[in-house]
Amino acid sequence: MTANRNAWLVVLALLIAAPFVGIYPVFIMKALCYAIFACAFNLLLGYTGLLSFGHAAFMGSAAYATGWIVRNAGLSPELGLLGGMVLAALLGLVVGLIAIRRQGIYFAMVTLAMAQMVYFVCLQAPITGGEDGMQGVPRGKLFGLLPLGNDLAMYFFVLLLFVAVFLFIIRVVHSPYGQVLKAIRENEPRAVSLGYQVDRYKLLAFVLSTAIAGLAGGLKTLVLGFATLSDVHWSLSGEVVLMTLLGGLGTFAGPVVGAFTIVGLQDYLADRVGSWVTVIIGAIFVVCVLAFRRGFVGELVAWRERKRAVVHP
Amino acid sequence: MTELFGIPIQALLGQLLLGLVNGSFYAMLSLGLAVIFGLLGIVNFAHGALYMIGAYVAWIAMEKWGIGYWWALLLAPIVVGALGVAVERLLLKHLYKLDPLYGLLLTFGLALIAEGIFRDQFGVSGQQYSVPEALQGATNLGFMVLPNYRAWVVVASLTVCLGTWFLIEKTPLGATLRAGTENPALVQAFGINVPLMVMLTYAGGAALAALAGVLAAPVIQITPLMGSNLIIVVFAVVVIGGMGSILGSILTGLALGLVEGLTKVFYPEASNIVVFVIMAIVLMIRPAGLFGKEK
Repeated sequence: MTANRNAWLVVLALLIAAPFVGIYPVFIMKALCYAIFACAFNLLLGYTGLLSFGHAAFMGSAAYATGWIVRNAGLSPELGLLGGMVLAALLGLVVGLIAIRRQGIYFAMVTLAMAQMVYFVCLQAPITGGEDGMQGVPRGKLFGLLPLGNDLAMYFFVLLLFVAVFLFIIRVVHSPYGQVLKAIRENEPRAVSLGYQVDRYKLLAFVLSTAIAGLAGGLKTLVLGFATLSDVHWSLSGEVVLMTLLGGLGTFAGPVVGAFTIVGLQDYLADRVGSWVTVIIGAIFVVCVLAFRRGFVGELVAWRERKRAVVHP
Repeated sequence: MTELFGIPIQALLGQLLLGLVNGSFYAMLSLGLAVIFGLLGIVNFAHGALYMIGAYVAWIAMEKWGIGYWWALLLAPIVVGALGVAVERLLLKHLYKLDPLYGLLLTFGLALIAEGIFRDQFGVSGQQYSVPEALQGATNLGFMVLPNYRAWVVVASLTVCLGTWFLIEKTPLGATLRAGTENPALVQAFGINVPLMVMLTYAGGAALAALAGVLAAPVIQITPLMGSNLIIVVFAVVVIGGMGSILGSILTGLALGLVEGLTKVFYPEASNIVVFVIMAIVLMIRPAGLFGKEK
């Protein structure tokens, strides 16, 4: 555990130092937003065993909501983020109520379908800007005081929120509530027979996850200054699955590693290979499912346990 | 009587026919999904991509080699069926003992790969495929003008769907297939080559999707994205119908196509989402789907 904590402190120190050693802060901010998104997703798939195949709907609708609150209503960014989270959570409540009526693979299909509905609403709603997206969202002043227009200020604000989300998820997973979630993942009928109202636990996990996904979406709008249809598109719902799977399902660090890998890869490949990005992402998906189901962090953990088993037989 | 609820009858019937055409595609695709899921336990996200490839095979055959529509109806299912064999043998085979979620994710990856390759080769703009000569024009039925090709699509896909239903529900081969769905180990013990059956089932489902793609080619824009956009609606159709019954998926597909067509007439803004709304309502009332059995 102390080794883990030390590793995290090193990572945190690197993240704090990153903008001062010439790494483009907007890139790390974007990756951190997707890391928050993937952490939220992991809470569902990794710790509750629910595959939501429509998580982009929550990130994307919050991205628009935050943009609208900051740009059109002229309110400060923290209210924008809060508004986005509330909208995503409410949407999560509705979708969750419908989707938890089915288990397993059907849950995935229902969330995908509901998310597609959100996509079409965003496509047609007048405030989203349709195909053009919602452009020119200002970052504003945090609490009316701290101007976030400065990349460095924005960077540390994003980093702070990321750390907060990360610690919050660890707290949730280690709480008695989190233990029940794991019990549901391992064996749902047994959890039912132990007297847990499984649906309520699942619904709360869903709403928590969607609210955090909403935070990620709102932050992304503030960082980049726009929200577009690709934020609500099903391909993003797929990408967040890949981030979590590639990094390591059901590990704390996995989604973060996965998000940085995928965002970095897309950034690197975008100008070089054009539409082959999709092919490469698809191929990573296939390889991951066939041969790398534990992901980077999962493999690392398994490797360390094997080593320990050799040292102390 | 030329108007109904203030809508010209001709427009109403036209939209209903268009809905029926879409419904035929839903029916063919959800049928394939249901059969594949039944035997392989895999929700085939790549089904949309197979449908897209089917349409492109027809288009490429026409553009590059001058092979016409009727041969394409045969060629595309064979090509895509062979692709299905390769996918099943090389990839899906390794997933049968795992959680079905992995099957969904793997086929999702395959769909992305197919989409990316076709986008790179043919761009995102739509390709046109002309209606074959024998089916051009329209027939005046007195109360409406019926475009021949659309009528053909509905008749052809209904025939194929009912043929598949007959094959699975009424023939000895189908009985073996259904037995394999229930208990593969026991069927294997009776000396039937279950892995071969599984492979051919996936290939058959793929061929069905490709056939739908060729039938659709003249009435839609052929784009690399056409499959993914359709497959999500088909998922909703499958959830509404329940994957338990073959006739159920055919009926649900057709009915939802009609409902979508009607929505286009009366409230066009909602036509994209009406299927999803119906899905939500059905899940609230009958979680197992209209024709599904709980567990």
